[in-house]
Amino acid sequence: MRPFEYLAPKDLDEACSLLSKHRDEAKILSGGQSLVALLRQRLVSPAYVIDIRRVPGLDYIREDKDGLSIGALTTHRTVETSPAVAKRFPMLAEAEHRLAHRQVRNWGTIGGNLSHADPGGDLAPSLIALGAVIKVVSAKGKRTVPVAEFFTDYLVTVLEPDEILVEVAIPYLKAGSGGAYHKESIRAGDRPIAAVAAVVSLDGKAGVIKSARIALGGVGLTPLEAKEAGKSLAGKKATAGVVLEAGAIAAREAQPTADVEGSVEYKRHIVGLLTRDMLNLALTRAQSK
Amino acid sequence: MKMPLQFRVNGEDYEVYVEPWKTLLEVLRDELELTGTKAGCLAGECGTCTVIVDGKAVKSCLMLAPQAAGREIMTVEGLAQGGKLHPLQQAFIDHFAFQCGFCTPGMLMSSKALLDENPHPTADDVKEGLYGNFCRCTGYVKILEAVLAAGAKPRG
Repeated sequence: MRPFEYLAPKDLDEACSLLSKHRDEAKILSGGQSLVALLRQRLVSPAYVIDIRRVPGLDYIREDKDGLSIGALTTHRTVETSPAVAKRFPMLAEAEHRLAHRQVRNWGTIGGNLSHADPGGDLAPSLIALGAVIKVVSAKGKRTVPVAEFFTDYLVTVLEPDEILVEVAIPYLKAGSGGAYHKESIRAGDRPIAAVAAVVSLDGKAGVIKSARIALGGVGLTPLEAKEAGKSLAGKKATAGVVLEAGAIAAREAQPTADVEGSVEYKRHIVGLLTRDMLNLALTRAQSK
Repeated sequence: MKMPLQFRVNGEDYEVYVEPWKTLLEVLRDELELTGTKAGCLAGECGTCTVIVDGKAVKSCLMLAPQAAGREIMTVEGLAQGGKLHPLQQAFIDHFAFQCGFCTPGMLMSSKALLDENPHPTADDVKEGLYGNFCRCTGYVKILEAVLAAGAKPRG
């Protein structure tokens, strides 16, 4: 690692003011499960590392009136084992369960995971499909960004150099809605060959799909939403045919590159199959709610 | 520039002066000379650097040393008490759960954290708890047997 100055702000205000002073010369450290590896490989060499791991008030899972709020410093393990997450969003607990491995989940945080913006990250697809929003703060103020609009390029987000991610807020699913997520990978905690999250809402008794959101992981420069696939389902009766067609559309919307996990054709094929399977599982869950 | 770092390791208080860009692994091995914790891939993949921090298994190669300040660390050197091996260590011997031994410190610490949380794990629990630890010799079966045996014993 190249030398840097280590700064440990005592609260969020101090963290924001340090970051507004050092901006691009600084990196925020929370669990470091991505950042420390990047530092070691000298892919990043910041002059300042601002460690927010002990900043109080950012480690929580709160069941609010309209949704679940998760503080940025909440570890993956806490999310994975949270009864509130299991009850409200089983797909998110399932995603966490296969994120890397126990040691990484014990120390890594959701804020660090999302800010790192790995296109194969395990949380983003579910959060996009669920319509979650990210709350960020800076010395100047605060704003919210839908997770679907948070990622802009490979390892790049909409965060300004002075902004810190502080919370993820996930709206509760309405009755008649359900979601599912699966990562296809060589070993359970590996990077995805492809990952698909699907959330559907049904229209009462008619068995008609009111709306659907589908998001993909590991098949592009960022996690991405398969918008056309989601739209293709709106207003349709939930038949095997429309689900299969949505899978074919999602496979076209994926933007995979060939690598050790597979060829472009193979990854598109997996996206199609997973989209079908996750839609079917989400529909089953929606019907039981 | 070096900064003071105070923490507890295996029940003893330490104060060392470290450069903040060192990892916990480097401080344990180079400053405290606790070389039981191994440096393997240095990328968070292999698990041989696993130590227990405040009761949780973590990879010391991915933890920046200043983050250990004020925390309670346990390394493989802290397992045996009063010249007596920890039941997990004895189980690893009894079940031939190592060959070259390089992964063993990490395997033991992940297993310790697992049994502390879940004293009587199933085979699936052990596989899940040790998923982040690689062994290139044994094929894992003997390790699984050792941890299950240690977990089956009544623990005081």
